[in-house]
Amino acid sequence: MLKIEARGYESKFWRYAAPILALVLTGATSGLIFAAMGRPPGLTVYTFLVTPLLQQDGFQALAVKAAPLIMMGVGLSLAYRANVWNIGTDGQFTLGAICGGGIALAFPDAPSRALFPAIVAGGFIGGMINGGLVAWLRIRFNANEILTSLMFAYICQYLLVYLVTGPWRDPEGFGFPQTALFSDTALAPRLIEDSNVHIGVLLAPLIAIAVWVMLEKSLLGFQFRVLGQATRAARFAGFSENRLVWVAMLISGGLAGLAGVLEATGTLGQLTTTLSPGYGFTAIIVAFLGRLNPIGVIPAGLLLALTYLGGDAAQINLGLPNAVTGIFQGILLFYLLGCDILLLNRIRWVLNKPKAA
Amino acid sequence: MNESTPSGPLLTMTGMTKQYPGCLANDHVSLTVERNQIHALLGENGAGKSTLVKMIYGVVKPDAGEIVWEGQQVSIPTPGAAQRLGIGMVFQHFSLFEALTVTENIALGLATAKERVGLRGRILQISTEYGLPLDPDRVVHDLSVGERQRIEIVRCLLQNPKLLIMDEPTSVLTPSEVQKLFVTLRRLASEGCSILYISHKLEEVRALCSAATIMRLGRNVARCAPAGKTVKQLAEIMINMDLRLPTPRPLVSGNAPARLVLDRLTIRSHNQFGTSLKDISLSIAGGEILGIAGIAGNGQSELIDGLSGEIPAGKPESVLIDGVAAGHMGPAERRRIRGCFVPEERNGHGAVTTMSLADNAFLSGYLRGALVRFGVIDKKRTLAFADDIIKRFDVRTTGPRAEARSLSGGNLQKFLVGREVLQDPGVLVINQPTWGVDAGAALAIHEAIMALAQGGAAVMIISQDLDEIFVLADRIAVIAGGRVSEPVATRSATVESIGRLMGGTSEDMVADSAVAHA
Repeated sequence: MLKIEARGYESKFWRYAAPILALVLTGATSGLIFAAMGRPPGLTVYTFLVTPLLQQDGFQALAVKAAPLIMMGVGLSLAYRANVWNIGTDGQFTLGAICGGGIALAFPDAPSRALFPAIVAGGFIGGMINGGLVAWLRIRFNANEILTSLMFAYICQYLLVYLVTGPWRDPEGFGFPQTALFSDTALAPRLIEDSNVHIGVLLAPLIAIAVWVMLEKSLLGFQFRVLGQATRAARFAGFSENRLVWVAMLISGGLAGLAGVLEATGTLGQLTTTLSPGYGFTAIIVAFLGRLNPIGVIPAGLLLALTYLGGDAAQINLGLPNAVTGIFQGILLFYLLGCDILLLNRIRWVLNKPKAA
Repeated sequence: MNESTPSGPLLTMTGMTKQYPGCLANDHVSLTVERNQIHALLGENGAGKSTLVKMIYGVVKPDAGEIVWEGQQVSIPTPGAAQRLGIGMVFQHFSLFEALTVTENIALGLATAKERVGLRGRILQISTEYGLPLDPDRVVHDLSVGERQRIEIVRCLLQNPKLLIMDEPTSVLTPSEVQKLFVTLRRLASEGCSILYISHKLEEVRALCSAATIMRLGRNVARCAPAGKTVKQLAEIMINMDLRLPTPRPLVSGNAPARLVLDRLTIRSHNQFGTSLKDISLSIAGGEILGIAGIAGNGQSELIDGLSGEIPAGKPESVLIDGVAAGHMGPAERRRIRGCFVPEERNGHGAVTTMSLADNAFLSGYLRGALVRFGVIDKKRTLAFADDIIKRFDVRTTGPRAEARSLSGGNLQKFLVGREVLQDPGVLVINQPTWGVDAGAALAIHEAIMALAQGGAAVMIISQDLDEIFVLADRIAVIAGGRVSEPVATRSATVESIGRLMGGTSEDMVADSAVAHA
């Protein structure tokens, strides 16, 4: 029978090998699911994970999809390190897009040099407001941030639906639930002419590096790490838990808001009810797959972005439902958390011995 | 007790071996307990004593080894099997339900309804017979630690054991309770119940035990009659090195200015089962060491939290550090005015065990060591600071990058004390300076504390270990029920007088000090 034994220390090898093992197991399990659906498992996994990259501009599409995931994943890895469980990045993403998008719609004729920075700031602040409310509720009323942040995610989604189908609906939009297109001056600058590759693709890795430096090298980052590992030691050192909760929620909220406003101004060019296909929730997987390390979040974000593209490819090429993406992500998170048992434990095969009399 | 003409040893264990991940806890350990014997199992923390007795009591399964009980080879897979053989054990931590009475608690441990018949009467009988006063109808919640221990002993005695294992029984008792316990244990031994007595308190072992097995690092190192050895000799066998005592310090002159003053410090405990501090007033002069004695759970952790600033005081003036009202300050601000603190719990309070020693040095030392520049950690200086602590306090480790949890308790404690001492504190408060620490490390810590006081700092040590307090302190006060008694000079105090204060309720204490002042 299998026996789980404590190692007594954290395995360095499995710290990096566990996510890779989780990926392999996810591939195998989704292959089985595809087989059960009567599809050739090898071809399906191939279509899901490789085909999107072989398309023309496949890597550009990947980078554009990954940018918001990385930004949010970075913010979450910071918060989660401090044991601040922000689950509502999707709401912060949405509120950021609403605030930034509102500025874009209100001042269509403003010059780009002034308008775009204002939109970005609006998005960032929108996310911070949402995150700040969560922090305030936790500190003031001891309300669990997992619940409040998640509830805010729904509130923001319905606020978006209300705005886009109500006061902000494009009067010339044939009744579609969307706002007017933003003016050209409101759109995110492109890195490559005539492509979707907007400035967020450059910002995401820069933010990841900046947060990594903050977390590993600064006093503030040290405080986050101590708070996450030993609350009493943080108190002994004189680090204020409340202040750190504020900072964690404001940064992770702000980065989600930034991701939201860049998605709106960089990819869509307007606000629609389907602004976020669950990016905020996917970002939670990104943060864990990246081992809550901002640098690790970059490849993790790229991989999860691939699952979105793969879902599209599987739908188009194989006629599979788009839910494949969600299934794949769910299986991945399951194995990721499960494989972490190998960090502190080893699994041994023990032969059943007859009991000593 | 009912065997006909018992002969040969009661219990013989040979080659007992237990491997834990990364630690060989017992390496071919032998132990022989004779009938009618009080046998000491001696060793420092981590020597493997607990593992050995857990194997006897069926809690831990040995990897190898032979157990012979009354001449028969046996295996003891569960505590139930141990009890059927006639082995009882009183653990260091009791397993009692606070809301139930003494009788109810004991009844819960019995397997069948038959055994419960007339239980109350039997409890009374055993408790009077063996000098273990207990009221069977009292609720455990209201009982002192000593009384709770008696419940556990009576619970064992109900089974008519032939061997009673006691794990560090005196660590929770006042000196007079210790004497009463010894009377009971001697009586039991004379009536045919052998005692296996686990301790690292050498005086007690010499007074009580007729044989001793000494362990070090998971192995047997000696078997001897403790009465034939001096405390110093026993300690040296135990730690395998020459034992020095700290050199006494010249006394402080009476007119040095007070550096730490508490003025009616009152703090409500945040913990539901904690002890609130009531009106604590005292002052410690520069160069002085004040010892706060007391049994665990009488407000010691609240006191250090209140002094370090983890729990702010109600009034700023209730804590004065070098004349500065610090009651409202947090820990970082108190460090800025040269207050340094060592909490009792190393893991997760004084240190983050999953972080490196350098990170842990930074944890409380970044302010006074100026280890931050423009918000960025000065890694070079942090490593140098950690390295300095390691060298000056002889911390056995691979270096400042080692994780704190890789260190033994004693080494980590040396590191944590060193971290505070090297910050040049004006006021140093240490809770349980040598709790769970080996004798060599304890000596190093004691010497560091004395040297610091010699240099003019005011030092408060809060300790359950009276020996430690008598060695170190210039004056001694007792904390009981969240109140601190009037300090008395160590040279005019006795173990008995301090012990009486430790055991007393706060009302007694007030009465006592009133008498003393009358």
